Amino acid sequence: MDNFSHDVLIIGGGGAGLRAAIAVAEINPKLNVAVISKVYPMRSHTVSAEGGAAAVIKPDDSLDHHAYDTISGGDWLCDQDAVEAFVNEAPKEMLQLEHWGCPWSRQDDGTIAVRPFGGMKIERTWFASDKTGFHMLHTLYQTSLKYDPIQRYDEWFVTKLIVDDGRCQGAVAIELATGQVQAIAAKSVVICTGGCGKVFPFTTNANIKTGDGMALAYRAGVPLKDMEFIQYHPTGLPFTGILITEATRAEGGYMLNKDGYRYLQDYDLGTPQTEPVLRSMELGPRDRLSQAFVKEMEKGNTLEGLYGQFVHLDIRHLGEKKINAKLPFVRELCLKYENIDPVNEMIPVRPVVHYMMGGIHTDINGATPLPGLYAAGETACVSINGANRLGSNSLTELLVFGARVGSVAAEFASNQSDYTFDMAYESITEENHIKNQFFKEKKNQERIADIRKEMHKTMEEGCGIYRTENSLLASQNILTDLKERFSHVAIDDHSRTFNTELVAALELSNLLDLAESIVQSALSRKESRGSHQRTDYEKRDDENYLAHSLAYQEKDNKPRIEYLPVTITKWPPGERVYGR
Amino acid sequence: MVSKITLEVFRYRPDQETQPSFDSYEVPCEKDWVILDALNYIKDQIDGTLSYRWSCRMGVCGSCGMMVNGEPVLTCATFLNKFLPGPVKIEPLEHFPVVRDLIIEMSDFIGKLQKVKPWIVRKEEKSLEDGEYIQTPEQLGDYKQYSMCINCMLCYSACPVYGLEPEFVGPAVIALAQRYNLDSRDQGKGEREEILSQDDGIWQCTFVGECSEVCPENVDPAGAIQRYKVAATNNWWKSLLMPWGKSE
Repeated sequence: MDNFSHDVLIIGGGGAGLRAAIAVAEINPKLNVAVISKVYPMRSHTVSAEGGAAAVIKPDDSLDHHAYDTISGGDWLCDQDAVEAFVNEAPKEMLQLEHWGCPWSRQDDGTIAVRPFGGMKIERTWFASDKTGFHMLHTLYQTSLKYDPIQRYDEWFVTKLIVDDGRCQGAVAIELATGQVQAIAAKSVVICTGGCGKVFPFTTNANIKTGDGMALAYRAGVPLKDMEFIQYHPTGLPFTGILITEATRAEGGYMLNKDGYRYLQDYDLGTPQTEPVLRSMELGPRDRLSQAFVKEMEKGNTLEGLYGQFVHLDIRHLGEKKINAKLPFVRELCLKYENIDPVNEMIPVRPVVHYMMGGIHTDINGATPLPGLYAAGETACVSINGANRLGSNSLTELLVFGARVGSVAAEFASNQSDYTFDMAYESITEENHIKNQFFKEKKNQERIADIRKEMHKTMEEGCGIYRTENSLLASQNILTDLKERFSHVAIDDHSRTFNTELVAALELSNLLDLAESIVQSALSRKESRGSHQRTDYEKRDDENYLAHSLAYQEKDNKPRIEYLPVTITKWPPGERVYGR
Repeated sequence: MVSKITLEVFRYRPDQETQPSFDSYEVPCEKDWVILDALNYIKDQIDGTLSYRWSCRMGVCGSCGMMVNGEPVLTCATFLNKFLPGPVKIEPLEHFPVVRDLIIEMSDFIGKLQKVKPWIVRKEEKSLEDGEYIQTPEQLGDYKQYSMCINCMLCYSACPVYGLEPEFVGPAVIALAQRYNLDSRDQGKGEREEILSQDDGIWQCTFVGECSEVCPENVDPAGAIQRYKVAATNNWWKSLLMPWGKSE
């Protein structure tokens, strides 16, 4: 670590980053691999995932079933070659995690148990009670400790990618504990920094989910793909945005409006049955359920609370025993944060920003168009998630594409010569740049929190579950204004030691760039597909938009949008059918 | 009208001051707020220089442990209005060096965790083609509780032994070692016991159980330590009576 030079540098230490690091160490133990993260790896947001991870395991299931559910769930915007690779490698990766000690829930005979999940026709969701992400992350973190070649930069914040001689050769980062700004060289760089839910005010995403890696790649000239597709999860707790897992519905929970009516039956999602039915009603896909909420609200059928409108998620009929066995975390969260006990009371919920289907444009191996730069996990867009991700595909995606990207990044690194840039020069230049940007006295000084709040407001108002040209144009104007105001941000904290105000400023700068790419991509896509619903273009338009959007950053101008056709292998675009 | 409450917050910036001090901030005491919301209010509205760690705000990432009125808690899981009329004293977790303000140095824990080999140790790996290791719900139950540790460090702050003997490997690390020792897939118990047996701290643990009291996940590290002691004593007797026999 002393010379700050590595074969592979992985930015982000969550599920994808750690899986990639282990892949590198296993494929070629001679390679020196480093994981750099702004938090200790076990704090990464993978930790919050609850419900489960999908992989075909049952005899009555098949890879084609999983692929079809994923592709139809994604409203045919998924690249089908990527989906095929994904479903094919998923069982092996899940099993690998079992061998590494993940405490998967079991059947009585000791084999792996699976549960149903939204949009999935057959039960294929592996789970570790309802703390699946937590157990996967800690298993990966603890397992990673046994590999000597894996080094770590814990609590370092990456501010810039280094591109020299036409390839990505490393990054510059701030060591938070000391304030040291340091260039780090690597023969290949992998971004695994997660999504950017913090562009929005009401989100299940943790505070750290500021899309840093997306912004790094975007500024280095790499396009962001399908950024207009933002998943609202239908069941978040009001105020906190804490997620109540889809497993709650998979185990038999009902969605009820203010009259106690299972309103999803009015939205072409099937007819209500007592027991959960796969791909039907409460087990429909997330985009359709969140859209149904808005329609129900417009009809005046939702309830009014302190923090806006909500509906009820009712699991009382499951009984205390089942709730404790299958959904203990849901009960814990309701008791701790909402002061209600779901054994006796209904849970108030509303749609909440949850996941970015879009992200850094990569191919099926996680390679970006910039040589030496790779990405995997939520930060990347391969795309297997299309216009709407199915619940329990993202945890599996971390493993499958984390492993893939680790393998190709290792191979690329093995064939590269040493870095060609001047390490001291890069370090000093970036340090001066940061000082000039934030530490100078400024006229009309702006506060970080004020700009962030206005960004949140305009993104929710203009770019939420339903969008129109007018709402998006309004957001676009406000964002332009906010970016100008951001240049007047000056921070009070001039300490070198753990300067969290500086981190917040850098994160906000990332979020503003990403917000702009989201709005521009949404404006350009004049159709409705999956999670992207335009009230001025209500139909899906396969003739013009069976294509991924690619947003390129332009200096002093709006992002440029290009389109890339979707890869279709054996599932031609069709109607999304749920509950019939 | 929303009532107000005063937070007395520990401040320390080593590059600017030699001694820590306390700053007082008056914040609204909203009904749904946890301590962390009040800290975020201070940072956003009053004083951007206050530093602390936080992330998930749902009690699972383990970042936001602090001393609140002298008790180690997760600030995201502790309601503010419980402390009315105030003031509330907020300090960094006890028994750790302070990096700055409410941020403690935790590399000691990170190093100790790695030392006890918190991963599945096998003499022979089963190949993936042969499927999963069979593990019944009962076998899963043997170690599940210890696998719930979120590494929040509250138990280290509560542990009187760690306070006096920073060398002590500590409650969470022992619980995590036991998590693997008790996993039916693991064969590394002997290796871990060799490492743990070199730690005098374990024998100083008096089973008062402060660690288990403060644990937000009911991991019960104190129980893990007791189980370890019993097992280690048995092995000691075994090695004395049957010196050729190997401890498990």
